[in-house]
Amino acid sequence: MMTPGTGPFRLPRVNTGALAVWRRNALVWRKLIGPSLFINFGEPFVYLLGLGFGLGRFIGEIGGMPYFTFLASGLVASSAMNTASFEGTYSVHTRMVPQRTYEAMLATPLAVDDIVAGEMLWCATKGLLSSTAIFIVALLLGAVADARAALAVPVFFLIALCFSAPALVVSAVSPSYDFFSYYFTLVITPMFIFCGVFYPVTTLPDMVQTAVEALPLTHAIALVRPLIAGEPLTEPALHVAVLLGYAAIGYYAAVVLVRRRLIV
Amino acid sequence: MVHGLDLDVPAVGCFGLLGPNGAGKTTTLRMILGQSPPSAGTLEVFGLPMPAASREIRARVGVVPQTDNLDPDFTVLENLRVYAGYFRLGGPALRGRMESLLDLVDLQDRADTPINDLSGGMRRRLSIARALINSPEMLVLDEPTTGLDPQVRHMIWARLRELKRHGTTLLLTTHYMEEAERLCDELVIMDHGAIVIQGSPQALIRRHVEPEVIEVHADPDEVRHILGRHAAPRIEAVGESVYCYTRDARRLTSALEQHGDISYLHRPANLEDVFLKLTGRELRE
Repeated sequence: MMTPGTGPFRLPRVNTGALAVWRRNALVWRKLIGPSLFINFGEPFVYLLGLGFGLGRFIGEIGGMPYFTFLASGLVASSAMNTASFEGTYSVHTRMVPQRTYEAMLATPLAVDDIVAGEMLWCATKGLLSSTAIFIVALLLGAVADARAALAVPVFFLIALCFSAPALVVSAVSPSYDFFSYYFTLVITPMFIFCGVFYPVTTLPDMVQTAVEALPLTHAIALVRPLIAGEPLTEPALHVAVLLGYAAIGYYAAVVLVRRRLIV
Repeated sequence: MVHGLDLDVPAVGCFGLLGPNGAGKTTTLRMILGQSPPSAGTLEVFGLPMPAASREIRARVGVVPQTDNLDPDFTVLENLRVYAGYFRLGGPALRGRMESLLDLVDLQDRADTPINDLSGGMRRRLSIARALINSPEMLVLDEPTTGLDPQVRHMIWARLRELKRHGTTLLLTTHYMEEAERLCDELVIMDHGAIVIQGSPQALIRRHVEPEVIEVHADPDEVRHILGRHAAPRIEAVGESVYCYTRDARRLTSALEQHGDISYLHRPANLEDVFLKLTGRELRE
């Protein structure tokens, strides 16, 4: 018989210990800051210059804006997704399994609740950094409409937070690194292709559109693109709620699953 | 897996959990640390309920795990600082605390060495220093000297005795009976997830085995033949080795002396003899 309030399904209780977990990751990141920033800035340059200018010449305008702006705003959002997803799978698995970092943390006052929260905050921070890098590149290349676009920056954090949660769920149940290929092939890549990074979702068949509307990246782009292009936001509260919803439900699921994996 | 464990660890001294592989030692430690939920029963640490009060309890405990889990992304000093952060320790006092801990385990010259450049013995010493960062009331050690050379083992034993003298409760598991005899004031021998026996090492030796042992390295049948006419000691044969447990070794040794080609060792009984008597000699896992 499990005492009430002590089983793996009990509600998480986070405290400031989560910040110690975040800080640990930030300290490791600081050691590799050179290569990290190089990748953060280098990759979007290639994408934006290659695809934006190359394709942009043929496409011209799309969705009422220059293709370069359309693509840049899509890549800014998807970069938060990709970065948070990688950090939440490969890096988290490294800390959870081979490095036994969580085992060490669980010998201290930290609980799984804090570890998962700290990791999500860290994934969100990394997503924020990578999206902001692309945002700066897009700004330098003239794709950003006006100063209101700065409001997109906190949204990057929210997007990455949203995607960190399912990534941690996948990490918690994944037996090895190989398993993550399924997640990226079946979940992340389809979102990258179908959720409006490269073309408006309205061009998709109705049924597909309905399905795509339930995916978080669609809502992420619906927030970021108008902010960057200087257009009015439609239903911002809904989009924020969807992103927060994925984050919250994913957090709870990840906490339960990591407890089941580590507290045995 | 453990079942029906009834254990009362005294707040002073060193308490040992002994047992063959799979006896449930590590599971017991994990439950005490709130890393393993007991399916039934109650568990209190410092009078607080576990796992309900696991955060408060773990703030007052230090843990040296069986397999090192130092953070490979950091240096020696960074490991201490980051780990201290998990206890919300920081500030100028921490600096001094870290220095004195590195002195304690003789790693003061290694503060900036990355973990991957440390030897196994250095890692274990750092694990001990790390476990002490929060000045714990109880230090939990899971096989602290397994795989270490004699120099490091003796150094660690000396440090653990020092901690004990200064009032830290030690709770350790070990396979080394010598280690348990040297460190433990009280111990339990576990097997198949349950406690077989509890007591001080000396009391257990006194109570459970004959005081003297003669180890003979010869054909068991021949030894039995030679000793058969004398006192009837308890004899255990393992391959070409024969262990004779007795209260009167003199008659046996004089019998053996008459066969000059047989070599033997006469020694007092130790904890290993108790352990093997109670848990048997068959191999585990």
